[in-house]
Amino acid sequence: MLHTVNKSSFERNSLQSCVNIIDDSSVILLIEDGVISATNNTQSSIVSDLASQGRVYALQGDLEARGISSKVADNIKVVDYAGFVDLVVEHGTPVSWV
Amino acid sequence: MKISIQVNEGPYQHQSADTAYQFAKAAIEKGHEIFRVFFYHDGVNNASRFTVPPQDDRNVVNNWADLKNADGSDIDRVVCVAAALRRGMLDESEAGKNSVEGNNIHPAFRISGLGQLIEAGIQSDRLVVFGD
Repeated sequence: MLHTVNKSSFERNSLQSCVNIIDDSSVILLIEDGVISATNNTQSSIVSDLASQGRVYALQGDLEARGISSKVADNIKVVDYAGFVDLVVEHGTPVSWV
Repeated sequence: MKISIQVNEGPYQHQSADTAYQFAKAAIEKGHEIFRVFFYHDGVNNASRFTVPPQDDRNVVNNWADLKNADGSDIDRVVCVAAALRRGMLDESEAGKNSVEGNNIHPAFRISGLGQLIEAGIQSDRLVVFGD
């Protein structure tokens, strides 16, 4: 299953809640302010395990809009909107964590 | 693939209205069909025909109104009636029914009920929710 997270983990606990509850086949797409959790920062550890398994994506346009494209943590896959659509097609209707 | 979209936030307030539009556009470009866009909660403000942003800014309302499927077929843009009425968003029919002068729903959108959201969920292969 696909989970989209649109809040920074400095703002809300939605990413942590999402990580706590998802099953082994789920993937996470970070969008909007959620992409802040894709960077190397004090909250990176929330998704680092999942990222090492190739299960964390971040939306390119939202990284660029925030000037953090060059700070994306290891193993996080950067996708554009077309990639977002592909994830929805592949994994089914997403759960939107807001 | 048949995809429907739910938009829960108004334009220029939160990014989700823009994200939803960009997603819809990308889906169409990839050959998918947008079956319906359902505007719920503050998302009903995406349907205001009085929206006049500065000339160098995107026009979110017109973007939605101009969005078409790849085969040229129109996209069903539905505004939740209860969410719209309590926010002062009325079409001609609702204005008449409620004895209110004037109306502000863009002609590319139509007012209907939550049943349309449920139906979109049933009829579509995917339902993607954008909100705050």
